[in-house]
Amino acid sequence: MICLNELTLKYNNTTAVNNISGTFEPNSLTAIVGPNGAGKSTLLKSMVGMHHPAQGACNCPCCREEIAYLPQLMTVDRSFPINVLDTVLLGHWRRVGAFKGIQKADYQMAFSALEAVGMMGFEKSPIANLSAGQFQRVLFARIQLQNASVILLDEPFTGMDLKTVGSLVERMKQWQAEERTIIAVLHDLDQVREHFPHTLLLARECIQWGKTEQVLTHENLTHAWSMAAHWGDTVS
Amino acid sequence: MSEVYVLLLEPFVEFGFMRRALVACFALAMGCGPIGVLLMLRRMSLMGDAMAHAILPGAAVGFLIAGFSLWAMSIGGFVVGLGVALLAGIISRFTNLREDASFAAFYLISLAVGVIIVSTKGSNVDLMHVLFGTILAVDNASLFLLAGITTVTLFVLAIIYRPLIVECFDPNYLKSVGNSGITYHLIFLMLVVFNLVGGFQALGTLMAVGLMMLPAAAARFWSPQLWSLFSIACFTAAVSGFIGLLLSFHFSLPSGPAIILVAGCIYLLSALLGKEGGLWRRFSLRLRLA
Repeated sequence: MICLNELTLKYNNTTAVNNISGTFEPNSLTAIVGPNGAGKSTLLKSMVGMHHPAQGACNCPCCREEIAYLPQLMTVDRSFPINVLDTVLLGHWRRVGAFKGIQKADYQMAFSALEAVGMMGFEKSPIANLSAGQFQRVLFARIQLQNASVILLDEPFTGMDLKTVGSLVERMKQWQAEERTIIAVLHDLDQVREHFPHTLLLARECIQWGKTEQVLTHENLTHAWSMAAHWGDTVS
Repeated sequence: MSEVYVLLLEPFVEFGFMRRALVACFALAMGCGPIGVLLMLRRMSLMGDAMAHAILPGAAVGFLIAGFSLWAMSIGGFVVGLGVALLAGIISRFTNLREDASFAAFYLISLAVGVIIVSTKGSNVDLMHVLFGTILAVDNASLFLLAGITTVTLFVLAIIYRPLIVECFDPNYLKSVGNSGITYHLIFLMLVVFNLVGGFQALGTLMAVGLMMLPAAAARFWSPQLWSLFSIACFTAAVSGFIGLLLSFHFSLPSGPAIILVAGCIYLLSALLGKEGGLWRRFSLRLRLA
């Protein structure tokens, strides 16, 4: 469970998210949608402790240890000379840290995580050789290893082919079945309607937060996007 | 056979200063190879250059106080270099000033200050030594210093290898698991300064960074994997030292620039022929597709 308590986030004095309160229920599957610059990514970062609130608080009784975070794909250097297996093994960081050795069981977990996302056989390939979709699957395998009770995904399906989206959605549903809480920033409203029971519509403030069919109404969406028209600069 | 011996080995067998220079080059290569690769992967090549020049004023103050003393110049260079590295590291993390511009400014100022300090007391020869190094005049004390720097570098890199690589590859991930990575960044900057001080002894302030960046850049055209990047960079640096010293011996060329020039040629050849995105590879691929 994550509680937002009158949370306000700022970027260089520009308000990215203003005074938002509410709760992500345990074991829920919530989409965060809104126009560009609505503060969606900033909100995720604040939940994982990478962006400090200007006011209010973001309380998670489960503590930060139990949160896994997938940043937007473009923030990772995909030309870096590292292979798939090593990338996935990073998921053990919380336990293994900077110095401890990696055990046989840890490798086993990495292999089965790769199998679950359909990337078996790619262990030794450099990540530079992967397509965007394949790389995203690898990152999903890494999240699998983190074994977190809350999973935050920032635009996980942007730029992915249909087959990858299908397999990633399946992973997400599996995580929910394992009683994890999932919060994802998404652009494609059809995907939201199809897969996410709850939605938070954000436009630098909370437009509406609740059941997806009640949030994604024509009226609400028009309201959110008309607010975006008045923003000078964009903060994402 | 004897011609090969005269060409490749005799200089080192006959002359102690050539032997010491060669050992100095090998020691530098071992440390500078991995450091250069990491600088390149962290997109900090320019910063390495700026820091190499930032060492100059410190070394110049050491020179002013104690003349051509190895320890005075090394300690001066280390202190100032480290100060600049920390300051630059802090500035680039906590402000949104464009990094390249501020580093260019930094290195011009340091170079000017350093050259002026050396000129006030020393001769033009001293100035040339400071700018282009004195690898042929390396004595045993300098060799120990270089070997010590390389040993420390390799040990520390081995210890902080994992966090350093992760911080470089996916810093957001490291932050999301509750580790800002700044400690490792600072330790790495310290190692960079260490190796630049070593390179400064041998190659001078203008060339010190050459044995880091050129082999690393060349290695990038040959390997998609980290450990082989490191070894290729070390090997390239060592070979550059060997060939550069021979060229400088046989054709009476200045040794530092000769070494860097060899490294430069290897880089250009790699850019042309390298199997990882070299020009020839790309070109022939396009021909085949057409």
